[in-house]
Amino acid sequence: MKTFAWTDPASLGDALALLGPSSIAKAGGVDLMDLLKEHLVAPARLVNLLRVPGLDRIEDRGAQGLRIGPLVTLARIAEDATVAARWRAVAEAAGHAATPQIRNMATIGGNLVQKPRCWYYRLEQFPCLRKGGKECFAREGENAYHAVFANEACCAVHPSSLATPLLALGASVELTSPRGARTVPLENFFVPARELRMRDTLLDADELITAIALPAPAAGSASAYVKQAQKESYDWPLVEVAVAVDRGPTGACTRASVMLGAVAPNPWKARAAEAALVGRPLDEASARDAGKAAVQGATPLRDNGYKLALIEAAVRRAVIAAGEGAR
Amino acid sequence: MADVTIRVPSGIAGVDLGEVERTVPADEPPPLPPNDRLSVLGKPTPRLDGRAKVTGAARYTADVRLPGMLFARVVRSTLPHARIRSIDTSAAERAPGVRAVHVVDHLLGGAHLRDPKQEGPATYPVVRYVGQPILAVAAVSAAAADDAARLVRIDYEPLPFVVDVEEARKPGAPLVFPGAADQGGSAGGGGGPAGVPQTGNVRGPARSGPHGSKGLGDVERGFAEADVVVEGTFRTQVQTHSAMETHGVVADWGADGLTVYASTQGTSTVRDEMAEVLDLPKSKVRVLTEFMGGGFGAKFGAGNFGVLAARLSQKAKAPVRLMLDRREEHESVGNRPSSVARIRIGAKKDGTLTAIHFVSYGTAGTGTGAGAGGPAKNLYPCPNVLVEESDVFTNAGPAAAFRAPGHPQGAFGLEQTIDDLAEKLGIDPLALRDRIDVDDPAEAWAAASARRVERRIGAEKIAWSRRRPPASDRGPVKRGIGVAQALWYRFVNLDSACEVRIGRDGSVEVLSAVQDIGGGIRTAMAQVVAEELGIRPQDVVVRIGDTAFPPGPPSGGSVTTGSLTPAVRNAAYRAKQEMLRAAGVPGTASGDDASIRRVAPRMRIEQVSAHAVRGDDYGGFAGEGKRRGMGIGAYGGVQFAEVAVDVETGVVKVERIVAVHDCGRPLNPLAVRSQIHGGVIQGLSYALYENRVLDRASGWMLNANFETYKIAGAREIPSIEVHLIEEYRGRSSTDAGGIGEPSTVATAAAVANAVHNATGVRVRELPMTPERVLTALAPQREAMR
Repeated sequence: MKTFAWTDPASLGDALALLGPSSIAKAGGVDLMDLLKEHLVAPARLVNLLRVPGLDRIEDRGAQGLRIGPLVTLARIAEDATVAARWRAVAEAAGHAATPQIRNMATIGGNLVQKPRCWYYRLEQFPCLRKGGKECFAREGENAYHAVFANEACCAVHPSSLATPLLALGASVELTSPRGARTVPLENFFVPARELRMRDTLLDADELITAIALPAPAAGSASAYVKQAQKESYDWPLVEVAVAVDRGPTGACTRASVMLGAVAPNPWKARAAEAALVGRPLDEASARDAGKAAVQGATPLRDNGYKLALIEAAVRRAVIAAGEGAR
Repeated sequence: MADVTIRVPSGIAGVDLGEVERTVPADEPPPLPPNDRLSVLGKPTPRLDGRAKVTGAARYTADVRLPGMLFARVVRSTLPHARIRSIDTSAAERAPGVRAVHVVDHLLGGAHLRDPKQEGPATYPVVRYVGQPILAVAAVSAAAADDAARLVRIDYEPLPFVVDVEEARKPGAPLVFPGAADQGGSAGGGGGPAGVPQTGNVRGPARSGPHGSKGLGDVERGFAEADVVVEGTFRTQVQTHSAMETHGVVADWGADGLTVYASTQGTSTVRDEMAEVLDLPKSKVRVLTEFMGGGFGAKFGAGNFGVLAARLSQKAKAPVRLMLDRREEHESVGNRPSSVARIRIGAKKDGTLTAIHFVSYGTAGTGTGAGAGGPAKNLYPCPNVLVEESDVFTNAGPAAAFRAPGHPQGAFGLEQTIDDLAEKLGIDPLALRDRIDVDDPAEAWAAASARRVERRIGAEKIAWSRRRPPASDRGPVKRGIGVAQALWYRFVNLDSACEVRIGRDGSVEVLSAVQDIGGGIRTAMAQVVAEELGIRPQDVVVRIGDTAFPPGPPSGGSVTTGSLTPAVRNAAYRAKQEMLRAAGVPGTASGDDASIRRVAPRMRIEQVSAHAVRGDDYGGFAGEGKRRGMGIGAYGGVQFAEVAVDVETGVVKVERIVAVHDCGRPLNPLAVRSQIHGGVIQGLSYALYENRVLDRASGWMLNANFETYKIAGAREIPSIEVHLIEEYRGRSSTDAGGIGEPSTVATAAAVANAVHNATGVRVRELPMTPERVLTALAPQREAMR
């Protein structure tokens, strides 16, 4: 990696002042280390955020929902009793990501701004779209782990396992720069798939995520997360699903949010699957229909058609788990 | 000295243990009774170095730091096939901290043109794969070396290339070599036979059969005589060795010669190759391997990296550390070749085999050795057997010997085809094996008697009787049980030597150049000496991993324990005789009167010592023409797998493995078990996860890491139950053997047979990914809709 200056700001203001086009903010440093080693980034300065106070809290604000500091580690989210009780899908996603060692280092803020794990992206040798190049090497290349939806431009899948349940549960992010703070719904935070190039989020060079907010769940609501990987230890999902549902007094589903991860360049909202659930009891029949609907519109590549069967199964299982949670 | 006749244990403990007469040299130690009558051997003994390893005190090659040591970085090819027109190292040489640059002039490893003139004159070795070493830079820090390496400019003339094995076989495919090419074998096996015909990239077929024949009987006649013929085509992937410690050395070329700290399976083989390549007398090259972090067959020679480090050290006049990174490790220093095998087996209605025909091809990249016909030739005796194996050259890193070369891939197809035969005949798979797995009267090296016992033990432990017809479970998760068998050969390395010293203060040392690659030879040596001298293993100082000591065997082919421990016992026995002589005690003394505690202080000299070398097997070596170094009896091994297959996701979970094995006389059951665990885990990881992915458009390995090169992790490890049998054959003064290789041969095949029992479908390709399992299940899934 290229030599860089290390800075240790002690306040948010100092950190923001140090940021800019030639600086990179460092939280857990897990993804950043990989990027530095492969010369995918070569900043003049790293801005270490771990000494900045106040960014590592989980605050349960009752009816105002949950506020999670960007430096909260995945391990803490996975272990937090409140998160597990009220935003179950988030806790489950955090608890199934990567390895215990990585979960102890990786932060939720860093998780949302990770770069793609596509193996062409991760090799300096391949000047792909996401690195300012002209082509996607995965399209005609080795694409077993790539996108089956919205894969017209870049075929990489979104790397954040936390984004999937956060989106299903209506999260927003608070972004702070020297110009002030703004709050953005998470779905608007990610650059749309078709426009994905070097920039992949709304975050400006001198801006930091300062909070992730989740609304309080309504009575009778529930959520569930299913990760389907090849291995249970240290593996990325082949497919992941987060389902959030509200149920009315009759037990029928009144609102459903079905988000798919690892299947598109951004977390993928399975609208047809949601439609298959609303107005129906959450049972084997509706879950099966939601699973079938979830693969509508898929455009698999040469090697990743198998993901459709996994999506079907995972959606069905997640709906049933959410239905049980809502009882 | 006249030979004497002794009676030594023979048979399987608890089954048919008796004695056999052997005529041996008169200075051999007395017969060693079975383990139950010994005090140290056969008793679970914690590794002498276990504490050092778990506390981090053990110093591996990667930990070696010498005063003034430089750090090296290799510059590697970014193209899969090219001529190098020119190399500009001037900017790198001027970079801060750089002390030396050296360009590779002769490539080690892989195949080489039989006639180098076919390629015309070349200043630099022709590049044939991405990651081929071109030069290296040594600098005062790893960072300085990395930065300087990026300043090297290489002007390539790109050549057409092919990385896909199917494409490479086609007429008109780009040629990896412009003419016929051969590769020598390595100390750990691997490499293909020399002089095989070659057309385009396809080298072969090499035809062979049992007993060193070019084919036994006539397979077509055998199929004509058969009542039933089964056949299938099976594919296996390229697997990389993925040892935790990468290849690497610290080389220190000084006035006294070259000292190399090496992560190797063969201190002696590294010494020999360094001496040859660098034109030094062997006495001027010293190789040290105090602790070693895994090799699995890929770490025997000097290596291009090792020669580069030595040359850099020579130029810079300073020690040079060159440890490969994980990408280099995956790409450039070996792998298990792929295989595509078409297997046909003919049999009579009662299961009697009439023909086995095994036709395979595979790629060892720019190397050779993709043959996988060993199990087809040697597991089940049959009157008509033909194996036809071809290597297909591709522009990919050369293969190297890998834990039982050819055998996990060969067993994967063969053992599934045997199960298919059982199904077609309506015979239970174990009952069929009882019928056809019999010792070949023409071969002294066979393991059928051991496997017969192992099948019985394993069937009881796994509760084979509860095995149900396929797809018996309701719901998406189907469970099943499968079995598969192993074989490996009892190779003996005759250069295995050691010295045992007894001091007047009663201290005992044993010395050998042998390296402990994790199998536990350090502890086994101490046990053997302790048993012979009546002391405790922890009272023996074991000095190994240094070519300054008597030569040790390279640790490959599962030879270490069987080769070295007889020499250790003989040296200990002779040292004790020397001690008695030096103390004036009659050689007939026994018990406390002959003990070290009593006798050593009475020696008239400070130290006695004895040296011993592994001799011929008792009763001579086995096989036709008494093949030198092929012991009597082979290794067996039977493994049972229990799996759960989710038919909606295609995910296979191995829940339990019962591994029943033999390794002659087990010396340290604790270490043997540990090695079987390793073999099972590596086999399971091969069965389900590991797979080298090459980009067909560029030749780059896309998953040269531990993130997307998937290896079984903690949650993938099933319950593993190991059962050992004690199999005595009176082969040597310890009658011990190895277990590294037999323990990994059957695992993938057992898992595949269990998947079939669970689901009713065969997955004929490794690794058994969700995609492949779902594809195999697709006809069934359609029917269920």
